[in-house]
Amino acid sequence: MQIKNLRRLMLGPVSLAVDAGECLGISGPSGTGKSLLLRAIADLDPHDGEVLLDGVRCQDLTPVQWRTRVGLLPPESCWWLPRVVDHFHNGLPVPLEVLGLAPAILQEPVLRLSSGEKQRLALLRLLSNHPRVLLLDEPTANLDPANTRRVEAALDEYRRAHSAAVIWVSHDQAQIARVAGRHFRMVKGQLQAQAAEHQA
Amino acid sequence: MITLNIVDLAIAASLVLMLALLSQRMQVHISRQLLVAALRTAIQLTLIGLVLKALFANVHLAWVSLLALFMLLVAGREVMARQERRFTGWWGYAVGTVSMFLSSFAVTVFALIVILGESPWYTPQYAIPLLGMLLGNTMNGIAIAMDRLTHAAWEQRAVIEARLMLGQRWDEAVSEMRRQAIHSGLIPIINAMAAAGVVSLPGMMTGQILAGAPPVEAVKYQILIMFLIAVGTGLGTLAAVTIGSRRLFDERQRLCLQRLREK
Repeated sequence: MQIKNLRRLMLGPVSLAVDAGECLGISGPSGTGKSLLLRAIADLDPHDGEVLLDGVRCQDLTPVQWRTRVGLLPPESCWWLPRVVDHFHNGLPVPLEVLGLAPAILQEPVLRLSSGEKQRLALLRLLSNHPRVLLLDEPTANLDPANTRRVEAALDEYRRAHSAAVIWVSHDQAQIARVAGRHFRMVKGQLQAQAAEHQA
Repeated sequence: MITLNIVDLAIAASLVLMLALLSQRMQVHISRQLLVAALRTAIQLTLIGLVLKALFANVHLAWVSLLALFMLLVAGREVMARQERRFTGWWGYAVGTVSMFLSSFAVTVFALIVILGESPWYTPQYAIPLLGMLLGNTMNGIAIAMDRLTHAAWEQRAVIEARLMLGQRWDEAVSEMRRQAIHSGLIPIINAMAAAGVVSLPGMMTGQILAGAPPVEAVKYQILIMFLIAVGTGLGTLAAVTIGSRRLFDERQRLCLQRLREK
């Protein structure tokens, strides 16, 4: 995926290339534009500049095609049907146990889920689209350390198996160092490459 | 028919005045609104009475159209004024007005030509009351449905965007909200039809009976009107919710809540 001169209010210009199978980490204080960047890449907000996937420009695909291929996982998940299973149409991309969830959870009403369960299920729901690019906005914010590791492992597995490009946004620098090959820091809407020693 | 004189109306007006005083004493701060509305009723209805009198004396399509247009534009303004969050710019006015034009006008013209068959079809004695009843009810339905739609979009933007992020089309992402908005727009007329004759005696029918028409004839008219109102309200609500929900998204199917502004 290539991002060329992506710009919007409070953000950019950002130019960036993420290879298939690569995980790129972005950290930085809140309010600096990390989420805005992901939203612009997913084409949820108007923006200038271009985003290309496999050489195809975003505007040359329908919004549905683009967002199915470039999947954004927001920090808070939303559910609009009563039961968990109602939100899964394409089957499960990864067994529930991999993320530390019991199979019975699919029949549960969404209202009974904890925020950590919802976050992991939202990830599963996104992966069931088989996106080529994953835009992850604090994907483990509501999770305990054990489940955080499970999610990290599952995403690593998905990235390798599907040669997916991943942009992982987290305020946790140690996590970025664990999961990402390259590390950028967002400062006032600008991306700054982090030297290798910062990653330790 | 018993005709009313100015003293009869003055007696009724004094009752309203008493109600205003009573609510003032009980510190319900609504007497001012009540009196202004009552005054508006008296003035507006007197004016429309005079307009209709002139119109009946000079039957001409242009005059009937002019009055119809005026009624439509006022109804459009009313729909807009009832929105908690309305569309910015001309859209705030146009969504409701265009929808009412598509539904009320089409249904009225259809009824005048196909069902009533008076010659000429725009005979104001039929055309104006029919249009008035249709517009008034369609206006209510559209106002309720649009308010519900824009309110839901504002409250549930996270849900809408979550669905877009998962690759759903804009119309899938708002499908439940559209359904609920249309539903709430249609509930008043459905309730009115269900209660007609049992709980309430509809106004037009009672008016005809007061004017001396045979009850069964008045009832037939009322049934016709109820059906027309249901169709007009339904089509108008469908049109308004369809246009309005599309307007919530841009050409890249992004949710554009900046197109709504608070009252």
